[in-house]
Amino acid sequence: METAFTPFASFGGGMGIGLGTVLLMLGLGRIFGATGIMSGLVFVENRDELAWRVALVIGMVMAPGLIFVVTGTMPALTVTVSPVMVVISGVIVGLGASLGSGCTSGHGVCGLSRLSVRSIVAVPTFMATAAITVFVMRHVFGG
Amino acid sequence: MKLIFALFTGLVFGIGMAFSGMMDPAKVLNFFDVAGTWDPSLAFVMGGALLVTFFGYKLVWRRNAPLFGGRFHVPSGTVIDAKLIGGSALFGIGWGIAGFCPGGAIPALGTGRWEVVLFLIAVVGGFYLRRLLASVAPAQVKQ
Repeated sequence: METAFTPFASFGGGMGIGLGTVLLMLGLGRIFGATGIMSGLVFVENRDELAWRVALVIGMVMAPGLIFVVTGTMPALTVTVSPVMVVISGVIVGLGASLGSGCTSGHGVCGLSRLSVRSIVAVPTFMATAAITVFVMRHVFGG
Repeated sequence: MKLIFALFTGLVFGIGMAFSGMMDPAKVLNFFDVAGTWDPSLAFVMGGALLVTFFGYKLVWRRNAPLFGGRFHVPSGTVIDAKLIGGSALFGIGWGIAGFCPGGAIPALGTGRWEVVLFLIAVVGGFYLRRLLASVAPAQVKQ
């Protein structure tokens, strides 16, 4: 399925992601890593640590609704694979991101921005395996 | 106040995520599909996010502490090990299968789509799988 090339919306949206990331460091002194935040909700260490994560996630989840109220359209979301593949992908993402201590937000945005050596290794690694996976699924097995 | 700030931060991040297109699995997968329906938009997301975060972090770290007290929690590890590379490689495979990543899927919950719920439950399953592996083969997968 084709999607439109949106350089301006994507760059602007990226700046929004960056702004949220910087604000979390400014206010709470924390890295904006979605995997770490999620895992903090699942494996609770203490209540204070839980509270800010819950508030952060509520804010994140409110975003599409707010966009809908203001613009009248819900952000596009097209799932191109079967529910079974969604589940398999989720398990691998959860396992991989927790083993590798981060995902696109933690390593990709926060880690690269502070020139973390671990992130400089992690990001090209997951970009490469993602590209290989897409190639194999779409062009080797067809899809 | 701290929690309202966290909620606002999550909202900014989520709005950025929605406008950037990172929330849409079809768009994410097309970024990797150079040999097919390529959509380079996500490079612009990364560009925008890194630009703001790179300079934003530098400004924030001129302060001695975050606005709401405590200290800046910044990962200091520099060890490149099999866990980092293997975990990141796995994450990329999972990301490439369906096009969902945790940072995009959490705000995407707000669209009310069941596939997103399914994905996030599977991610939590992946977190538990990692814990299970850690109890079987501690040396390889424990923190």
